[in-house]
Amino acid sequence: MNARALRRVGLIAGVATTSALVLAGCAGGGNQGGTGAEGEKVTLTIATFNNFGYTDEFLQKYEDANPNVTIVHNKAAESGDARKNFFQKLGKGGLADIEAVEVDWLSEAMQYSDLLAPVPDDLKGRWLDWKEKAATDPEGNIIGYGTDIGPQAICYRSDLFEAAGLPSEPAEVEALFDGDWNNYFDVADKYREASGKAMIDSANSVLQGIVNQIEYTYDKPDGSVIATSNPEIADAYKSVVERAVPNSAYSAQWGDDWIASFQGDDFATVLCPGWMQGIISGYAPDQKNWKIANTFPNGGGNWGGSYLTIPANGKNVKEAQKLAEWLSAPEQQVEAFVNVGAFPSQVDAYENADLQGYVNDYYNGAKTGEIGADRAEAVTVLPFKSANYFKYHDALQNAVNRVFDKSESEDAAWKTWVAEVEAF
Amino acid sequence: MTTTDIRPHTPVEDRPTAADRPIRVLSFRQRLSRWDVKVSPYLYISPFFILFAIVGLFPIGFTAVISFQEWDLIRNSGTFVGFDQYAWILNDPKFWVALRNTFSIFLLSTVPQLLLALFIAAMLDRNIRAKTFWRMSVLLPFVMAPVAVALIFSNMFGDVHGLVNNALTSVGLDPIAWHKDPFWSHVAISTMVNFRWTGYNALILLAAMQAVPREYYEAATVDGAGAFRQFVSITLPSLRPTLIFVIITSTIGGLQIFDEPRMFDNTGEGGPAQQWLTITLYLYNIGWGEFNFGRAAALAWILFIIIVVIGLANLLITRRLVRDEGGRGVKMPRRARKDTAR
Repeated sequence: MNARALRRVGLIAGVATTSALVLAGCAGGGNQGGTGAEGEKVTLTIATFNNFGYTDEFLQKYEDANPNVTIVHNKAAESGDARKNFFQKLGKGGLADIEAVEVDWLSEAMQYSDLLAPVPDDLKGRWLDWKEKAATDPEGNIIGYGTDIGPQAICYRSDLFEAAGLPSEPAEVEALFDGDWNNYFDVADKYREASGKAMIDSANSVLQGIVNQIEYTYDKPDGSVIATSNPEIADAYKSVVERAVPNSAYSAQWGDDWIASFQGDDFATVLCPGWMQGIISGYAPDQKNWKIANTFPNGGGNWGGSYLTIPANGKNVKEAQKLAEWLSAPEQQVEAFVNVGAFPSQVDAYENADLQGYVNDYYNGAKTGEIGADRAEAVTVLPFKSANYFKYHDALQNAVNRVFDKSESEDAAWKTWVAEVEAF
Repeated sequence: MTTTDIRPHTPVEDRPTAADRPIRVLSFRQRLSRWDVKVSPYLYISPFFILFAIVGLFPIGFTAVISFQEWDLIRNSGTFVGFDQYAWILNDPKFWVALRNTFSIFLLSTVPQLLLALFIAAMLDRNIRAKTFWRMSVLLPFVMAPVAVALIFSNMFGDVHGLVNNALTSVGLDPIAWHKDPFWSHVAISTMVNFRWTGYNALILLAAMQAVPREYYEAATVDGAGAFRQFVSITLPSLRPTLIFVIITSTIGGLQIFDEPRMFDNTGEGGPAQQWLTITLYLYNIGWGEFNFGRAAALAWILFIIIVVIGLANLLITRRLVRDEGGRGVKMPRRARKDTAR
C-alpha cells in the first residue's frame, strides 16, 4: 500500500471513529420497557451495596425454580457509591434490572418515581405501614419493594457496666434505660462519674436517634422549610450538645478512631439497629461482653433500611418484577436476616419460626429475631424526609461535630448551621 | 514515488515568473500533490485535536452552558438563571475557606517538598555506592496509589488511636488534634503529598544536576570553594530552568489536590468546620453529593479562571528568571542576575 492509500484509510478510520462515538452517545435511550415473553432466556442483573445477605446459594434457588433466568449480582461497597451510580444513569440506561435504594436517599429517588416501575397492587400490605408509605408517590404507586428495616435496640458492654456499678443483665438494663432520652443521659452521667469514661459511642448517633422520632424535622410536604424555626429540632440540638456530647467518646461514627476503639473500652453503649449488630461483632470479634437490651429511649426508632427498585426503561421489567417480588417475600427476607442480620420489613416475617427462634451467640444468646420484632412494633413515628433532608441533617451533624471538637461554642455552631440552611 | 519529484520544482519555477507566463493548468495529479503539501501536516496532527475537541473542548464548553442554569442531571434539562450560580459560589463562606485551605496545603506541600528534593538530589549527585538502588528507592513512594497512601497516613494521623499521637503521648507530649485544627490537618495532608512527590522531584532535579559540566566544580575546587559554596554558586543557578518546571507542575498539582483530603476522614466532606475542604473536593461534593450540577459547573469555571491567572503569573515570573532561554545560569548576564536577586 502506498503512502496516499494509507492516508486515505487513516482519514476514513478517523471519520468512522468520530461518528461511532457520536452514535454511541445516542444509543442509550433506545430500549423502552421491553416485555420478554414467557419462558424466554433472560439474564437479570441486581445491584446492591454493603451486604444484603443475597448469597450465591440463595440466588441459586430462584434460578433452579426458573430455569430460564440467570442472575448476575453486582455489589457496591457502600450505599454512597450506589447512590452516585443510580442518579448518574437513571432515566438514561445502564442501570441494573433491579437497583437497591437506601432509605437515606429514597426521597431523592422519589422525585423521579415516574422513571421507576411501580410495585403491583396485589403486593400492597406485604410490608409495615410506614415502610410502604415512605415509598409511595403522590399518585399512590409504591415504587420500591421493601427489604430490611433498622428497628433500634441498645447494645451494651456488660463488663463495663458492671465495673461502673450499673446492672449488667439484659432484663435489668432494660429497666434501667426504660424512659425518655433524659433518663438515658442520666444513666450516662452516672456511668461517667463511676468510671471517668464516656458511655455513648458517638454524639451524632444520639442526634440520629432523636431526629428519627420527630415527624416533621427540617421541612414539610408542602415545601416550607421549618429547619431553623422548629422547636423540636432546637430541643434535639440542645440536649445532644449539652447532655450527649460530654458523655460521648466520639463525635461521629465510622471514623478510623471509632472503628479502632472496638478493640478497647472507650465506650459502653451503641444504639443498635439490626444491621449494627453485625457491624459490632465484625469489628470486635474477640469481645465476649456485648449484650442487647430490648429497649430504646423514648419508645421506638428506626434507622436505615432499603428497597429494591426497578428502572422503568430496563430490558426485562416483567421478569425483574417477579424476581423482586420473590426477593422481598417474607421467607426470603428471613433467610437474609439469618445470613447477615438484615431485619425484615414484611409483616408476615415476624410470625416466622426461624426468625422468632433465632438466637445470636455473639450477644450471649440474645434472641435478636424476637427483639427486632418488638422494636419494630414500638416504632410509631414515620419521619417525613424530603429530598433535601440529607443536606439539612448533614449540616446539623457537622454543627454537633464542631461543638464536640470545641472549634465552636453551642451558640456559634447553631448560628453557623442557620446561616448554612439559609444559603441552601 | 513520482509525485514527490515535482514538489521542489513547481514552487521554484512558478513563483518568480508567474506574472509574465501564461497560467499553467495543473493536472489533477499535480493539484493533489499540492494539497498534499498544504493539507497533510494538518491532517497528521488532526487526531489529537479531534480527540481533544470531543473529550476536552466540548465538556469545557458544555460546563459553561450548565453553569448558567439550574440543571437537573436525571432529566437532562435546565432553566436559565444567568450568573446566579456564580454569585452563590462567591457569596458562600465555604468557597473562601476552601480557597484558603487549597493555598495553605499547596504552600505546606510545595515548599518543604522542593527543599527536601533539592537536598536529596544533591546527596544522590555525590559519589555514593549502589547509586541505582538509592535512586530507585527514592522513587518508590511515587509508585504507590494515592488512595493507598492516603489510607495508611490517615490511619497514622488518627486523633486518638493514631500512630503519631501514640508516639507523642508515650514521650510525654500532648497529642495533636489532626482532625480539628485546620493548620495541623493541612500539615497531615501535606505530609501525604510530600511523601509521594518528593522522590519524583528529586529525580528530576538530579537529572538536571548531572548535566552540569564537572569542569565548573573542578575549577571551583581549585579556587578553594567548599561544597556548600559550590552548591549555591554553581548547582543552584544551573538548576533554574528545571526548578521552574518543577514549580509549575507542583502548582498545578497543588491546586487540584483531591485524593488526600478526600480520604482524610470517612465522610470526605473536608471536616465539620471545613478544616481541610479544598476547592476540588468542594466541587466534587456539590456535584456528586448534592447533584447540583449548575453550581458545580460554576465552581469549575471559577477554578479554571484561578488556574489561568496563576498560570499567567507563573509565565511572567518565568520570563524574568530565565531571560537567556534555557541557558545554564552560569552564563547568565549580570544584569539579569541582579533582577532575580531583588
